Amino acid sequence: MRIGVFVCQCGTNIAGTVDTRAVAQRALDYPDVVFATDYMYTCSEPGQQEIQNAIAEHRLQGVVVAACSPRMHEPTFRRAVEKAGLNRYMFEMANIREHVSWIGQDRAANTLKAMELVRMAVEKLRRNEPLFASEVPINKRVLVIGGGVAGIQAALDCADAGLDVVLVEREQSIGGKMAKLDKTFPTIDCSSCILGPKMVDVAQKENITLHAYSEVESVSGYIGNFTVKIRKKATYVDWDACTGCGLCMEKCPSKKTVDRFNEALGVTTAIQIPFPQAIPKKARIQKDACRYFTTGKCKVCQKICPTGAVHYDMEDREVVEEVGAIIVATGYDLFDPAPYGEYGAGRYPDVITGIQFERILSASGPFGGHVKRPSDGKEPKDIVFVACVGSRDKSVDRPYCSGICCMYIAKQAILARDHLPGVNCYVFYMDIRSPGKNYDEFVRRAIEEYGVQYIRGRVGKIYPNGDRMVVQGADTLLGAQVEVEADLVVLATGVESSRGAKELAEKLRISYDQYGFYMESHPKLRPVETNTAGVYLAGACQGPKDIPASVAQGSAAAAKVLALFARDTIATDPQVAGVLESACIGCGKCLSVCPFGAIQWKTLRDGSRKADVLETVCQGCGLCNATCPPKAIQLRHFTDDQILAELDALCA
Amino acid sequence: MKAKPMKRTIAYYPGCSLEGLAEEYDRSTRAVCRALGLELVEIPDWNCCGSTPAHSYNPLLSAALAGRNLALAEEAGLDTVMTPCPGCLKALKGALHKQGEDPNGFQDALGRPFEGKVRAVSVLQLLAERIGPEALRKAVRRPFRDAPVAPYYGCLLTRPAAFAQFDDPENPVSMDRILEAIGCAVPDFPFKTECCGATYGVTRNPIVTRLTGRILDMAVRAGAAAVAVACPLCQQNLDLRQAQVEKAAGRRFRLPVVYITQLVGLALGLTPEEVGLDKLFVSPESLIMNLDAESETADSLSNAG
Repeated sequence: MRIGVFVCQCGTNIAGTVDTRAVAQRALDYPDVVFATDYMYTCSEPGQQEIQNAIAEHRLQGVVVAACSPRMHEPTFRRAVEKAGLNRYMFEMANIREHVSWIGQDRAANTLKAMELVRMAVEKLRRNEPLFASEVPINKRVLVIGGGVAGIQAALDCADAGLDVVLVEREQSIGGKMAKLDKTFPTIDCSSCILGPKMVDVAQKENITLHAYSEVESVSGYIGNFTVKIRKKATYVDWDACTGCGLCMEKCPSKKTVDRFNEALGVTTAIQIPFPQAIPKKARIQKDACRYFTTGKCKVCQKICPTGAVHYDMEDREVVEEVGAIIVATGYDLFDPAPYGEYGAGRYPDVITGIQFERILSASGPFGGHVKRPSDGKEPKDIVFVACVGSRDKSVDRPYCSGICCMYIAKQAILARDHLPGVNCYVFYMDIRSPGKNYDEFVRRAIEEYGVQYIRGRVGKIYPNGDRMVVQGADTLLGAQVEVEADLVVLATGVESSRGAKELAEKLRISYDQYGFYMESHPKLRPVETNTAGVYLAGACQGPKDIPASVAQGSAAAAKVLALFARDTIATDPQVAGVLESACIGCGKCLSVCPFGAIQWKTLRDGSRKADVLETVCQGCGLCNATCPPKAIQLRHFTDDQILAELDALCA
Repeated sequence: MKAKPMKRTIAYYPGCSLEGLAEEYDRSTRAVCRALGLELVEIPDWNCCGSTPAHSYNPLLSAALAGRNLALAEEAGLDTVMTPCPGCLKALKGALHKQGEDPNGFQDALGRPFEGKVRAVSVLQLLAERIGPEALRKAVRRPFRDAPVAPYYGCLLTRPAAFAQFDDPENPVSMDRILEAIGCAVPDFPFKTECCGATYGVTRNPIVTRLTGRILDMAVRAGAAAVAVACPLCQQNLDLRQAQVEKAAGRRFRLPVVYITQLVGLALGLTPEEVGLDKLFVSPESLIMNLDAESETADSLSNAG
């Protein structure tokens, strides 16, 4: 074999602590290497051109590039060698940036390590064989998980393009957090007025199948061909029959059920439609609040229902959907302020969270849109907002900025002043973060036109004094401690990952960060892709986001799916397991360890049983390879010979 | 009560305050533990925890000084060191922290074998976790008849959170639960963890009169008839300096400031002398009047354990 080695300087990223010229020079001593050089940016157009020229000029049969992690540029270089006529698998990459230059300062040691990594790559390449992908058809249906504004946008964009869409929503209605908001910053649009039509569109599109009050149970398969099991949770109401007339809610005797949609500020009935604009507008019985389920007597809703939709014996049901791509848009949850014992949320009724205040402001909220405080229903004269509750605070393991709180406080203060012109609003803040379009102008308006008083400093304690609350904090601009008396205190609780996010990530085989937010494929350049092919992200499941950013990502993820579905087939990865039938002893160990069910029996003409790999299902994990007693199963491109050759090179 | 398999012998580290100014804290701690069947073994040849001077000079010195006491307890085969003083407690926990952070440096400074398998707890944590409010309620012989007592924790018992690993750092409730168990009515007391001024009592007295004044004022406003404390320095500022506070504030508080161990002791049927009640500056007489007559039904933990 005639091998060429290309050592990348990556500007100073690699050349700063690795002598790339020496690495290239040393490579010429390795067996089969006939050409070696270093270059400033091997991934650039001229860099790739140089590889292609060398292939022609030196009649190269294999190429090693010593550069960065293969995650980003292995596909780039594979394409480059393919253009020059080589098989794309006659290429190896040695990672001398992330594994060498970025992690060590010792130039001599780094250079030595880079040489060894190149030598390993050369030894592996000497044993590489050309591999060829096969094509499998793509199932052009898409699953969207989560029916908040990001998921709705993704589902509508896909549906508009003619795709079949399956939308799964955990709650009883789609709409997500946005459905609970009164107005939106910085335009003070009514949230339900702009979201409502989109929700209705979802219900009316023929090609969107909505599974509300349902959860994803399991996901199997691969890009182009996923099989998803969905659990439709029992609602005890037949949604095909229910017309959403609401008669059951009028008659239900369990009227003291905590209203979760109104953030526990009000009560509702055990059989409930969560809010007037709910999609689907169907009733559900909350079992632990229902008189029939807790005492065995009642059945009022069943008697009153004009369509006979109530069935107390309903059980969870499983449906299976086959799709070719998945968009994850599971959103976020709000920080529970309980760890801040000094703020007294939960102990004092007039210390509430931002989303609770949002419900108070809302015309469909617990007080009909009149700004009152929860304890005694009085109109507040002074309201204090506390920023960064569960944001930018290491002590509660939330060191990140939630990004939306500065804006929603400004909005809520403006709205409070609109509702009650005499009310005084105070905001305790750390920094004002308002980098969006028209955002800072909006905050300035709160301060300058609405007279909201901004106090820069943290709040240390909130305690009652008579029927008012005392907010004790620091004014770091004055360098003084301040106390503000208030009738109502609003804690601007931050954004955290959605409940159950990690469990769903395991099912989808996507990764998440230490806070449970899903990891995008590249933080700048692949923001809606994951490292699992065919699975895309949209909205706050990836990190805190406001509405415009979530909507943009919903559309972006839809565009990615449309690009994928623009083709009819997809090339499968040939780096999968293969069986050497003459060596297979038919023990079946590989069948039992394969996590994907990719191995089955095959009977030969002589009647003997051999293992057989379904190449489209195999994910190339290598478990069978490690388990096989006679080593009859080999993972292509990672055979025992290849790996042992690398080790020999390292130990030589 | 069912006997629980737990180690009831505990290494006791009184610290310097409890030999002097807070002698009644020492006396009541020992008496309460005896009554509850906990055997306290005073660490032989214990030394100063280093207090503020040591850790301000060199954290390793502080860790080694406090660590020696832990090592002595470990040598004696005990797994729990209890100290009533939050200052000492912080030094002991600081030593364990240092051992985890810099094992070699710590071992060098200590100069004696130490595995670090001992825990350091306050007497409050011992009562709250080893005994627990339920068992305590059963052991009470003379419950307080709903006497309103404000629980004052001070700054160090639950903080810094990473060190203390006990209760909510900003809104602790362990003392609340103990006070309820012995029959007190516990008002919502927002200044549970506010600063009393600490050692500024000596150097910049007006700071203490102002800060302690706020705490006493809040206790009165919360309707408390007494303040329960668990720190010798807090007790000193709130009780001994109460006259100074009153002079500075131009008002009278006359609010008894009592160690939690003294209150528990009285409820367990110990006499005022046994818990050193006579050592207080502000007379706790009004509080004693609130004690119920001896109840015959109470179990004694010491018999059950």
